[in-house]
Amino acid sequence: MSTTTTAPDARRGGGSSSRQVVRSTLFILEQLVSKDFKLKYRRSVLGVLWSVLNPLLMMAVMTLVFSNMFKFPIENYPLYLILGTVLFQLMSDATNGAMGSIIASASLIKKVRVQKAVFPVEKALFALVNFALSLIAVAAVMVFFHVVPTFSMIALPLLLVYVLVFSIGIGLALSALSVFFRDVMHLWGVVMMAWNYLTPIFWPQDLAALAATVSNDGVMHALVTIEHFNPMYHYVIYFRDIMMYGTIPGLHMNLVCAAFAVITLAVGIVIFRKTQHKFILYI
Amino acid sequence: MTTEQRGAGAPEASVTGGAKPSQDDRDVIVDVQHVSMIFNIASERLNSLKEYFIKIMRHELMFKEFKALDDITFQVRRGDVFGLVGTNGSGKSTMLKIIAGVLEPSSGTCRVRGTIAPLIELGAGFDMELTARENIYLNGALLGYSRAFIDEHFDEIVDFAELRDFLDMPLKNYSSGMVARIAFSIATATKPDLLIVDETLSVGDYLFQKKCEERIQSLINDAHVTVMLVSHSTEQVERMCDRAVWIEKGKMRMLGDTDEVLRAYSSLGD
Repeated sequence: MSTTTTAPDARRGGGSSSRQVVRSTLFILEQLVSKDFKLKYRRSVLGVLWSVLNPLLMMAVMTLVFSNMFKFPIENYPLYLILGTVLFQLMSDATNGAMGSIIASASLIKKVRVQKAVFPVEKALFALVNFALSLIAVAAVMVFFHVVPTFSMIALPLLLVYVLVFSIGIGLALSALSVFFRDVMHLWGVVMMAWNYLTPIFWPQDLAALAATVSNDGVMHALVTIEHFNPMYHYVIYFRDIMMYGTIPGLHMNLVCAAFAVITLAVGIVIFRKTQHKFILYI
Repeated sequence: MTTEQRGAGAPEASVTGGAKPSQDDRDVIVDVQHVSMIFNIASERLNSLKEYFIKIMRHELMFKEFKALDDITFQVRRGDVFGLVGTNGSGKSTMLKIIAGVLEPSSGTCRVRGTIAPLIELGAGFDMELTARENIYLNGALLGYSRAFIDEHFDEIVDFAELRDFLDMPLKNYSSGMVARIAFSIATATKPDLLIVDETLSVGDYLFQKKCEERIQSLINDAHVTVMLVSHSTEQVERMCDRAVWIEKGKMRMLGDTDEVLRAYSSLGD
């Protein structure tokens, strides 16, 4: 029951130390990201522009709708909105991209022995490009509301690591599952929508402030419980803290965020490793 | 090295004498021992969770076993040019996938010593929207080359494919023959221990085919590369290979010198 190949991933002469494998995997990742970047943004000025405009337009629509409907007591509401949408979009792009990545690379996986995990990981990393561009939109909104950036923004890379590790974990699991059941892809759209509403993107992240507007105690109680276990709740709060409130979250918050990320990644890796040898039979 | 024959009542397949004397002491590059590959073919293809659960509930989830390969054993030694022949659907590609390491056999073992360079099927690993230059790096990365290696061999790859004038043109504007040339050129930039050639050659025009064969020949002669060639074209196998195995409906029919195997193989249609 085994196919043994010595030097599986380093086809170019020499032995295959693990360092060499890591280097060649990084090179593949780099090439794939650069491929996606060229495909999406080359020869389309609008491609870059859309990545900036999209969150701005979303923000405008949501501000129009929600500031008239609910009147939440939130300062700089459009900025509050755009920070939430942009961060959630990062997770959404990363997981959606990763989900179809194995199926899309079918022709390659059937022929060449490559680390299959590079495909979902690459898609998750690529979502960062879009995120970076939408930060331009965030910056514009900050200027508009005279929100001065503070020193606390240096924690942004740390937050991005949390969110990406978390997304890669989900992406690995989804990409493996969608090989066997294609309708995972449809299901995930619904999950994302529900998740979006359950995350304080347009409603107050301060649950006490929210309780004042919700009359039903039972609903409120359920929501508080859910938010405890909603990683995106913590990530969105983290993002707003460093971007608009000028505070760096404490050690406890960082540990919670890191724990969510690491546990999800571990689960994703287990699912992926258990199933990857069967991919070829289903793609 | 033994010559084996596992014919299933095949009158034309006879046990032939050893192709090479058994005291052959060259390295074994590919060692296939009793490899069988069994696929579970669901009576219908189930791609959705709903269908799957309905079938499970009704106990209708039936699998048919299909033996794509049945107890295949052969060895390929360093410097061999080894042909794999058989009719469509006989299991050649499955065998190659197992050797390339992308498919795990259901039973038996397959060991490959050293590095493998597979000639990728047309289009796989290429992105048609990217230019040839970009595809060379992308494809090279997927084949396990380092950036330095590609930089160093870039001109060589381009010159061999004879596509210097079209380097910055998207691949979608290329003809299939041109794509095949690039693919071949990239895959043979390295000196692998084992080169797997899977009918890719039949795409280019005859001049390029000749050039490819010459390149393979020089890899064999100068770098002692071992080659596995899969083809329907008995002519090509005859011209290039010194040993061959004939697989028919997943069973090994014959292993030995190319001439003998091909003689038996071509009498199949008579």
